[in-house]
Amino acid sequence: MFEIALRSLRSRRLTVVLTIATIALATLMLLGVDRVRNETRTSFANTVSGTDLIVGARTGSIQLLLYSVFRVGNATNNIDWHSYEKLAKDPRVAWTIPVSLGDSHHGYPVLGTSHDYFRYLRYGDDQPLKMQSGHEFSHLHDVVLGANIARRLHYQLGQKLVLTHGSGDGALTEHADQPFTVTGILAPTGTPVDDTLHISLDGLTAIHQGWESGSASLLATTGALSADQDRAVPPPDSITAFYVGLKSRTGLFGVQRAINQFRGEPLMAILPGVALSELWQLLKVAEQALQVLSWFVLLVGLLGMMTALLVGLNERRREMAILRSVGARPWQLFALVVGETACLLVGGIAIGGALLQGALAIAGPLLRDHMTLLITPGWPTASEWLLMGCTLLAGLVVSIVPAWRAYRLSLSDGLHVAA
Amino acid sequence: MLIELRDLHFKWPGNPRDTLCIPQFSLSAEEKLFLHGPSGSGKSTLLALLAGIQTPDSGQLAVLGQDLAKLSAPQRDHFRANHLGYVFQQFNLLPYLSVRQNVLLGCQFSKLRRQRAAGLAGSPEKQALALLAQLELGDLADRPARALSVGQQQRVAVARALIGAPELLIADEPTSALDEARRDAFVSLLFACAEQQRTAVVLVSHDPRLAEGFDRSLNLSELNTASQVDHV
Repeated sequence: MFEIALRSLRSRRLTVVLTIATIALATLMLLGVDRVRNETRTSFANTVSGTDLIVGARTGSIQLLLYSVFRVGNATNNIDWHSYEKLAKDPRVAWTIPVSLGDSHHGYPVLGTSHDYFRYLRYGDDQPLKMQSGHEFSHLHDVVLGANIARRLHYQLGQKLVLTHGSGDGALTEHADQPFTVTGILAPTGTPVDDTLHISLDGLTAIHQGWESGSASLLATTGALSADQDRAVPPPDSITAFYVGLKSRTGLFGVQRAINQFRGEPLMAILPGVALSELWQLLKVAEQALQVLSWFVLLVGLLGMMTALLVGLNERRREMAILRSVGARPWQLFALVVGETACLLVGGIAIGGALLQGALAIAGPLLRDHMTLLITPGWPTASEWLLMGCTLLAGLVVSIVPAWRAYRLSLSDGLHVAA
Repeated sequence: MLIELRDLHFKWPGNPRDTLCIPQFSLSAEEKLFLHGPSGSGKSTLLALLAGIQTPDSGQLAVLGQDLAKLSAPQRDHFRANHLGYVFQQFNLLPYLSVRQNVLLGCQFSKLRRQRAAGLAGSPEKQALALLAQLELGDLADRPARALSVGQQQRVAVARALIGAPELLIADEPTSALDEARRDAFVSLLFACAEQQRTAVVLVSHDPRLAEGFDRSLNLSELNTASQVDHV
């Protein structure tokens, strides 16, 4: 019986191949969306780890998260350097990482910070930042590049680059008088760090000396400031935000309250994990829409398969009558149709899974470069096995329709089929 | 008696009158019966009853002493697989199987016929090849069925109907697609094979010229009183 089914399928090669292709593509879509969704969520949740609080000027928690972690949008206000110093000295605070944003380079954000950034920042599963080559900034005009920037702009150690004042499309004025030297390149992290240029706070202050009015003064344009690599620079007036690590997490809410009620200026402290999940809730709509869409694609694929099977059935009434004449029972014809469909489904799902691996192998580097998403080919995850199982099950349920029709036809036709 | 029919009545659902009404009919073992009659005389209906696809509304229909009406539908399917070979008018074969596989299909659903084939020739495979050789198709066994001519296909159908030596072979207008010369050759080959393994033959045709060589010839319109009503 199994051989009959296989040979019968082979004799309908074109329909069979098209049906398998439909199922394979639907499976690819379903698995692909699931994979991207999960990896996105994981990489999202992995952006910050080990940081207890993020502090910025009072605004919405999601907005603070967006500009301080994802470098999206701008801060409404800065934090006064004295406020930062005061809060950083709180006995419950173990470490702080000051973050100063605003400049850019070819559209990539420039981040002024201290050495504590490299020492304390964690991502993923409590991973520290690692240097791929070179070392941290040590001079005023040193820059440490995120992995993506080095790769995409083909920068190497020792190369000079010029930062742009401001960010976004309108940023045209360059700090051409004070070029920076690449001293280090970070290993890839799959977080916004990969897309960031890191310089010291002093370096940031240095290039803005003489820019107090918002554009370059004569002092800045004459190049008078550019010469000295290690000249003394006053501390910055302000920073954009700072990350806080506590000595003990039990003091978390106390410190948060203290910052929120800080007398010097209106500040706000957020728990990055909480803010991340709030942000994810917002993005979930798109994610769910994509998921629903992929289920619909599967439905369309299965309906297409059912159509092909039903249409094929009319041409196969002769075949059914012959099998009946040699003693096949109607339920055996039912099983024949379900069995054939199972072959189509298993074939289609397997090909779909293989296509996904192929697609990831090809698209993986693109996703990494353009979306900072690390998705690598790999054996299907539990949820993917479940999805493939669901596809198979749904397909078998759908196959009951043509199988039942084969059953009914074989009963009503008996041995008598008009040729 | 191979077949015993008494006071048989059959009516298709939705039909106001009986299609078939046969007071008495019987067929003895190994008998070769030619059944003819114009279209509408109930040939297809009678064959469906004999094959156990349909059951009579009333009366008795026994094949090999077994009252078919007393069997369930799956039991009748099994009974057909064991004891009956069937040859259609045309398109008898599954085009995607080889000739040999088409012949073996005859005992695919019957352990009894596989055993008998083994008893006759050593194995079902061997009997299939022997039958094909006897039907002058020996060198075509591994060709795909769709590559054969109509006449060859009909002979393959005979081999399939006879493999495993069923008690009865039913052929429904098996020669209507053949020309006259090949028709006679077909019938004589069919007889030779059937006689060898003692299979009775019921051949139905509207063409009375075929009747030669049969043990008995019957006009279904005379047998079927329901169709006589039509003629009055």
